[in-house]
Amino acid sequence: MFARHVSLIFDGFAYGMLLFVLSVGLSVTLGMMNFVNLAHGSFAMVGGYVTVTLMRNAGWPFFATLPVAFLAAAAMSVVVERLLYRRLYRATELDQSLLTIGIVFVSIAVAAYLFGTIQQPVELPQYLRSRITIGDFSFGVYRLFIIIAALLITALLVLGLDYTRFGAQIRACVDNQRMARGLGLNVDRIFMLTFAIGSGFAGLGGALAIEMVGIDPNFALKYLVFMLIVVAVGGLASIRGAFFTAAALGIIDILSKYHWPKSGAFILYFVMVALLVWRPNGIFARR
Amino acid sequence: MADQFKAAIDPQALLREQVRWRWIETIFWLAVLLPFWVTPTYLVLCSQIAIAALFALSLDLIVGYSGLVSLGHAAFFGVGAYAAGLLAKHGWGEPISGLAVAALAATVVGYLTSFIIVRIGQFALIMVTTGLGLLLFELANSAHDITGGDDGLQGIRMWPVFNYFRFDLYGYTAYAYSLAVLFVCFLVLRRLINSPFGLSLRGIRENPRRMPAIGAPSRSHIRKIYVISAAVAGLAGGLSAQTTAFVALDALSFQRSAEVLVMLILGGAGRLYGGLIGATIFIVARDQLAGMNPQYWYFWLGLLLIAVIIFLPNGILGGVAQLLSRKGRSS
Repeated sequence: MFARHVSLIFDGFAYGMLLFVLSVGLSVTLGMMNFVNLAHGSFAMVGGYVTVTLMRNAGWPFFATLPVAFLAAAAMSVVVERLLYRRLYRATELDQSLLTIGIVFVSIAVAAYLFGTIQQPVELPQYLRSRITIGDFSFGVYRLFIIIAALLITALLVLGLDYTRFGAQIRACVDNQRMARGLGLNVDRIFMLTFAIGSGFAGLGGALAIEMVGIDPNFALKYLVFMLIVVAVGGLASIRGAFFTAAALGIIDILSKYHWPKSGAFILYFVMVALLVWRPNGIFARR
Repeated sequence: MADQFKAAIDPQALLREQVRWRWIETIFWLAVLLPFWVTPTYLVLCSQIAIAALFALSLDLIVGYSGLVSLGHAAFFGVGAYAAGLLAKHGWGEPISGLAVAALAATVVGYLTSFIIVRIGQFALIMVTTGLGLLLFELANSAHDITGGDDGLQGIRMWPVFNYFRFDLYGYTAYAYSLAVLFVCFLVLRRLINSPFGLSLRGIRENPRRMPAIGAPSRSHIRKIYVISAAVAGLAGGLSAQTTAFVALDALSFQRSAEVLVMLILGGAGRLYGGLIGATIFIVARDQLAGMNPQYWYFWLGLLLIAVIIFLPNGILGGVAQLLSRKGRSS
């Protein structure tokens, strides 16, 4: 029973780390521009399908596709940002959420047109699919890999935000955009880069998600809710908040599905609403 | 012009002016009767439009008039639908009292959640309304014994309306019944919106900080309109359950909440008729496009949404109003 729970918590933590990679970009861009980007999941889906296509049709190894997934999602997001998002930075949250929901709907239909509605599995190398057994405990190698990757990304982001010049510029824009503009920072350019990096991480998350949760056209909508929970509960533009929330989210989800399979995601949503009512700006809110 | 000027300084004259019944409204409400003679084969679709219009109208009260965003409004629609459906399934198929029960159930849920709604700001509000919607969806899904879960609620038997008009296969009764409920609700809400209460709601929409500063009890106003909106959404849900004799789990889904918001924005929020026009266009378009290829209906829906937000920020009615006023100024 104890060993069972250790591996459940391990699985939950790995799942949470996947959610973290998927949503961390949304947290930063939302905190920076106050732009409600519900299409973040669509960028994640772009990354996932890039990996599927490259591995299936071009025979690339899994690891080689990951940087491409990152870049493809980042490039796609810049195009969409330039074409559509720019016009709505001063619009209401309602208009922003509707525009981005529109993009989600279009992306779902396009994905269904190009790849069909069924899940797209990929063939991972054997060593990633095996399990490590230590005494009573048994861990999947792929989940271990995701945890390590997410921890590296977290370290990279925290260090980058706290100790680099660009990180300081991002923080300045998040804290007070008008003041940053007044001091001569090119907020538009900084935002575009941040947005591209954030969407890139979403694309990477989409690629990593294939093996763990599968990818199909509804991915953009299905995981949107989880991303929003991470952002809303974790607090805007807080890497630490997103990290802890995502970890807790993954563990709660896996444990509640194991113990109360019938109640589905009920417990998860209940916890989310309760937390938001308690701290409307998120648990780790900076402002 | 002189009238408008006078109205601007005299609030009562302004309200009287707005509540005045215009000839184009008479034409609109006569036109909705046309399907009985012109397209009698589409009456079932027409009753769906009337129900969706009522649902969009209820959302307009909070989105259009009070400036709150809700992505979980299907919660009230679904609660109303299940309340009316369960009542009819367990032996009481009288439609009018069924609707009352549907509205009552939605009112209770709206009242309980209204305490949460007034406490939080915009982004958290989107999340919390979404979360509450999902919560109810999961609840209905897991309570399989009561709601039928994924299979939907079956075995609803309705009695005739007023013990006389049977629900027929062609939808004559369904459309007339839905339309009557829609019209009555519309009249009540139209009066409500053009009252001092409605005016202070618009004040909250325009400037949520200033209204409390000039002494208006914003929170209690928001709670009131939220509960009223929930009740009307519950009515729409009840109508849907009664006219189709079926409740799908889909009635509580996130897609349903998103769709009704799309209808409202498409028509134009904050104009009462926006929801009605939007629902009509939306459902007719879905019927036509999904008839061609159901899978790609979402593509056109998304494209439409993007186009409306970029080119017609105030919806179709807003665009028409702008065109008319431009014409009026130039001539």
